[in-house]
Amino acid sequence: MSFFSYAWDWVTQSANWHGPGSIPPQILAHLGYSGLPLLIAAVIGIPAGAVIGHTGRFSVVVVNTANAWRAIPTLGLLVLLVVTLGFSPLTWLLPLVVLAIPPILVNTYEGVAGVDPGIRDAAKGAGMTPWQQVTRVEVPIALPLILVGLRTAAIFVVATATIAAYIGLGGLGRFIVDGLDQYQFGPVAGGALLVIMLAVLVLAFFALLSRLVVPVALRKQGRPE
Amino acid sequence: MMWSWIPSNGAQIWQYTQDHILLGVLSPLIGLAISLPLGIAAARWRWFYPPVLTIVNVLYAIPALALFVALIPSLGLSDTNVIVALTLYSLCIIVPNVVAGLRAVPEPVRQAATAMGYGALRRLVFVELPLAVPVIIGGLRVAMVSSISLASIAQLIGVYSLGYFFIDGEQRAFPTEIYVALVLIIALALACDLVLVGVRRALTPWVARS
Repeated sequence: MSFFSYAWDWVTQSANWHGPGSIPPQILAHLGYSGLPLLIAAVIGIPAGAVIGHTGRFSVVVVNTANAWRAIPTLGLLVLLVVTLGFSPLTWLLPLVVLAIPPILVNTYEGVAGVDPGIRDAAKGAGMTPWQQVTRVEVPIALPLILVGLRTAAIFVVATATIAAYIGLGGLGRFIVDGLDQYQFGPVAGGALLVIMLAVLVLAFFALLSRLVVPVALRKQGRPE
Repeated sequence: MMWSWIPSNGAQIWQYTQDHILLGVLSPLIGLAISLPLGIAAARWRWFYPPVLTIVNVLYAIPALALFVALIPSLGLSDTNVIVALTLYSLCIIVPNVVAGLRAVPEPVRQAATAMGYGALRRLVFVELPLAVPVIIGGLRVAMVSSISLASIAQLIGVYSLGYFFIDGEQRAFPTEIYVALVLIIALALACDLVLVGVRRALTPWVARS
C-alpha cells in the first residue's frame, strides 16, 4: 500500500471527524498554534527590518546572521524548554516566535535597503518625513520580499508546530506522534497528509496575497529563501 | 549540567555524531550533484524552469516530519528515507541558486568566450559555472545548515542521529544531554558553513574579499 492509500483510508473514516481531538478541532488548533506566533513575529520583525533597512544601522549584524537561525534544531530547543521550565504556553510560543522573526526581519531589511536611491531621494525631496518615506514608499516597494519572508516564516511555523506535538502541543502533529507511539500507521499517514495539505494551502494563500497586495509592476516569481 | 556525563558517554556521542553527519552532510552534497544538471537545464531551456520552480516551492513547504512519514511505505524507517527527504529539501534551495547564478553571467562575458572559440560545453564548464560559484555555494550553505539541523527530527521516526539525545533527555528529564546535542549540532552546522566559505574563496580567487 502506498502512503496515499494509508492516509486516505484514515482521513475518510467518519469516526475521525467527530468529537474532541478529532480532525476538525486539531486543524483549528494547528492554525492557531501557527498563526499566533507568526502574527507576533510579523509585528516585531517588519518594523525592525524596515528601521534597519532605512537607517542602515546594524545592517552588518543582520546580513551575517541572516541564515544562522536555520542551524538551531527546533526539536532540541523545544525539549530543552520543556525539561527545564515545564510545559506552558511559553514553552512552545517563545521558540516559534523567536525563530520566525529572522526570515521576516531579514527579508524586510533587504527589501527596504534595496530601494532605488533615486526613489529614496525623490521621496525626501517631495518633503516626506522619515516616517512617511518608510511607510508610504519603502515598505510598499519592499512588499514582495516582505511577503517572501512571511511565507518562509509561515512554512517554518507550520512545520515546527507539527514537531511540538512531541512535547504535548495539540494540532495535526498529535496524530503523527501518537500514531508512531502506538505503532499505528493510519493516523501517522493521515496526520502527515493533512499537514502537507495545510502547508500547500499556506503557499496558495501567500500566492493569492501577493497578487492582491503587490502592485503589478513589482511582481516577480518567488523562490525559497 | 552534569559535566561528567560527557566523558562517560563519549563513545555513544561519537557514534551519533557520525550518524548525524551521514544524514545531515551527505544529503546536501547529493542535492548539489543533482541540482547542477537540473539547474543547467532550467537555465538553458526557459520553459523548463517555471514547472521546476513550482514543484520545488511546494516540496519545500512540506514539514520534514510529514515528508519522512510520507516516505515510510516506500523506504521504511531507514537512513535512506531521511537522506532522500533531506536531499529533496536541498534541491529546493540549490536549484534556484544554480539558475540565478548562471543567468547572472553577463552577456558580454558569454560573447567574449564564444569569440575566443569556446563551444557551448566548454564555455559552460570553464566560464559560466565558475562565475556562478558564489551564488551556488550560497545555496549549498543554506541547504547544509538546514539539513544538519533537520536531521535531528529523524529521531522521531526512530532513525538515529544526535536527535537521540533530545528524545532520551526529554524522557529522562535530563537537560545535560539535550545541551550537549544542541551544542554539537550547532557547532557541526557552523563548521560546515565555514568550510564552504573556504571552498568558495578557493574556487573564486578573483572575488574581492570583504
